[in-house]
Amino acid sequence: MARKKKTRSKEQIEIKNHVFVPKHEKCSEAEKKRVLEKYAADLKDFPKISINDPALYTLEAAPGDLIKITRESQTAGKTVFYRVVIEIQ
Amino acid sequence: MEDYIHKRVDRIEFGFMSPKAIKEMASAKIVTPELYDKEGYPVDGGLMDIRLGVIDPGLKCKTCGSKLKECPGHFGYMELARPVVHIKFISLIYDLLRCTCRDCGRILIPKQKIDKCMEDLDHAELEGGLNARRDKIKEIIVELKTVNQCPYCKAKQFKIHLEKPTTFMEEEKKVSPIEVRMRLEKVPDDDLKVFGVNPAALRPEWTILTVMPIPSVTMRPSITLESGERSEDDLTHKLGDIVRINQRLFENINAGAPEIIIEDLWDLLQYHITTFFDNEVSQLPPARHRSGQPLKTLTARIKSKEGRIRHNLAGKRVNFSARTVISPDPKLEINEVGVPKIIAMKLTVPERVTEWNMEYLKQYVSRGPENYPGANYVIRPDGKRKRITSETKEQLLEEIQPGFIVERHLMDGDIAIFNRQPSLHRMSMMCHKIKVLPGLTFRLNPCVCEPYNADFDGDEMNLHIPQTEEARAEAEILMHVPTQIISPRYGLSIIGCNKDAQTGMFVLSKKDFKLTREEAIDLLSSIGITEFSRLPDKEIVTGRDVISVLLPKDFNFTGYSKKYKENKEDPDAIVKIEKGHLKSGVLDNANLGEGQGLLLRTIYKQYGPDFASEFLGRIFRLGNAVLAFTGFTTGIADIDVPSDIKQKIKDIIDQTYAEVDQLIKEYKEGTLETLPGRNMKETLELKILEKLNKARNRSGKIVADNANPDREIMVMIQSGGAGNLLNLAQMSACVGQQAMRGGRISKGYNKRTLSVFKKDDLSPAARGFIKEGFKDGLKPHELFFMSMTGRDSLMDTALRTPKSGYLYRRLANALQDLKIDNDFTVRDASNKIIQFMYGEDGVDVTKSENGRINVKRIIDKVLAED
Repeated sequence: MARKKKTRSKEQIEIKNHVFVPKHEKCSEAEKKRVLEKYAADLKDFPKISINDPALYTLEAAPGDLIKITRESQTAGKTVFYRVVIEIQ
Repeated sequence: MEDYIHKRVDRIEFGFMSPKAIKEMASAKIVTPELYDKEGYPVDGGLMDIRLGVIDPGLKCKTCGSKLKECPGHFGYMELARPVVHIKFISLIYDLLRCTCRDCGRILIPKQKIDKCMEDLDHAELEGGLNARRDKIKEIIVELKTVNQCPYCKAKQFKIHLEKPTTFMEEEKKVSPIEVRMRLEKVPDDDLKVFGVNPAALRPEWTILTVMPIPSVTMRPSITLESGERSEDDLTHKLGDIVRINQRLFENINAGAPEIIIEDLWDLLQYHITTFFDNEVSQLPPARHRSGQPLKTLTARIKSKEGRIRHNLAGKRVNFSARTVISPDPKLEINEVGVPKIIAMKLTVPERVTEWNMEYLKQYVSRGPENYPGANYVIRPDGKRKRITSETKEQLLEEIQPGFIVERHLMDGDIAIFNRQPSLHRMSMMCHKIKVLPGLTFRLNPCVCEPYNADFDGDEMNLHIPQTEEARAEAEILMHVPTQIISPRYGLSIIGCNKDAQTGMFVLSKKDFKLTREEAIDLLSSIGITEFSRLPDKEIVTGRDVISVLLPKDFNFTGYSKKYKENKEDPDAIVKIEKGHLKSGVLDNANLGEGQGLLLRTIYKQYGPDFASEFLGRIFRLGNAVLAFTGFTTGIADIDVPSDIKQKIKDIIDQTYAEVDQLIKEYKEGTLETLPGRNMKETLELKILEKLNKARNRSGKIVADNANPDREIMVMIQSGGAGNLLNLAQMSACVGQQAMRGGRISKGYNKRTLSVFKKDDLSPAARGFIKEGFKDGLKPHELFFMSMTGRDSLMDTALRTPKSGYLYRRLANALQDLKIDNDFTVRDASNKIIQFMYGEDGVDVTKSENGRINVKRIIDKVLAED
């Protein structure tokens, strides 16, 4: 008996609005350049995030993009973190 | 000056030795399992052949001509009658066999796809490093396993599987190592690169051994026992087995023995060579001594805690160290350590002889090792170390001249590093100044117990004596006790006033503490103060005046005592110091204690480590002196409770018992209202527990409220020097509920805890509630319940310690080379970013107040300066 597979749209599984999910943004090319320069680091030295990560569903990110994450911090109030999008896993 | 050749290791390459290389390297061919002839001389071509190195004093190596300890040892080799698989390369061989053609040896990837494969691998490496490449290789191998036709020669491929540990089967037929070797030989160099194998360092056919390298005798020396008998190393035993079987195999093959016998011997040879490399292969019985203990072969020498890496390379052993039991000495400075004379005469400090100190050092030499302070050794400029004895003393005294080094005994003021395991944080190893004392234990100021986490119930500690100027300077600058007063974990003092000294300071800083000027001077001079001009020129002075003498003249401070939390209006709640004078407030452990209060931190920050350390030492001794001066004893009468209060407590407990009975009744009738997510029974337990705890707390509060605050026990509790209100309540009112695994005690007999109770008795007494206090004494069943929880918590700590130790080891290893870069990012050894801002706020906790920066204080300070 073939049952129709239920599929959800990307909007339906958008988890970005949940209170526990910190704000994810895609960096513009200019911003990416600025960040790389600021930390004098290569993209491969940055922490990674899988392209399949639910937080990226509506960001239209591609491998190599830099994601800016703004988190609530116990020590600093707000803190900025960067991750680079990768293909595998 | 000696000339040194400096070279830098650029890289290390690991590879596998080809049979040719093994033969070229070898200096002897081993053909017989015999070790020595009748005269006890090593047999030529035997396993102890003198061409393999020397282990006996007096002999010279036949290969290099050098003596014992100079000859590094030389490899030999042995021709194997039949090839044998190397156990450590089984997985590589297995992968290669399954992924290459059985006929032509090519990899089972079509020509056009190989380049794509390599590209993928390079890409993976670029993205995720070598580990990612290895994972990718594994994926490729998994895919290739199912290919059943060679894309090059179209030959049919069969399924090969590994019969552990060393036999390969192709379609139920055994593939002999000879066959395996032939197949591996055919694999072209270029195809190997896909598997991550560098053909220059490792041709796969080399992993099937045809020649066996024999390690030198210097890495398996024999021991001569007291009886004159020789005991051989485990490796020699194993090699003996290998050579013996190999010779038998040779003979049988030459004699044309039946195939079964040869097969059997071959398998045996495989077994011996496998266990020679690794005696802990899971499918093989380990080779054993006659006594039954397993042999320690090559893998066991390297692996695990007792192996070469963790035991010899990572675990260093040192000279100039001592270990003994510790005991307290409140008269010591906090940066001192009392060292027994017997240890001070064993450990030494090297001092170089110069023109100016020659006579001085000669005195030490002439006193020798027997008289303190003397010297044990003299080191001549050529590096020869001479022990000073009554015979050599005269000659050494004459010989001594500038350039010699005298190793003299430890003396007061020498630098030492003091340590207590487990060394969990940097304050576990601190630099102390030595104080030589009589007795047999290390003595330390009780203030430094906290950073070491030491007590005196039999703890032992280690002492190290740095041997060079650089080491001493480094120890003193980086790890001296005064520099460690502020903990990097929370930015407050980890070394503070504790125990009696705390109580003493509390007593002294009370508002109405008065004493005559003479008494005050007496007190101060007993802690080493000789300057009394800051003491008011009055007949009667207050305790706060005495404390103020110790404070710096320009010190301003506002803090809160423990009382602030209860009552902000209390006159003692706010500690105010103005221009070095204590105006108000009591100095309890909220200000002077370990890990809390800003008083010590502020002094440390303003006047530096050395002053803070000295100040702390004075405060500590002053506290003790005050107690000695006023007299301070707590007795059993301190926990007495007036009879009306006693009745009140009894009423509370009786009332609670009645309430609990009511709950039980409701439960049995089934009318008890259940809490959400719980069943009836759980609800009952929770409610009873809540009621009983409330009863204990209420009776405890009554005791505390009615206790006389001037009694010694209350003074100790209020100061934070010893004990707390719970201790007092348990002694004078009610011990309370004994808990096991978060609930009341329910173990024991069927449906009851002890046989004195009825079955299904849920009353407080039957489930471990102790309504008596310690002073009145426990009933027999109460004592039993108490013993139960006592044993339970003892077991718990005993089992938890090793677990948390291992947890810490893993954590420390994972974090060991993280560092804060100069742009405040946290990075690992390969410069990968872990955190973009250290701790997310970039604050150095050591320089903060409890992890925060107090902006108000800074502004106040700047404004005050104008």
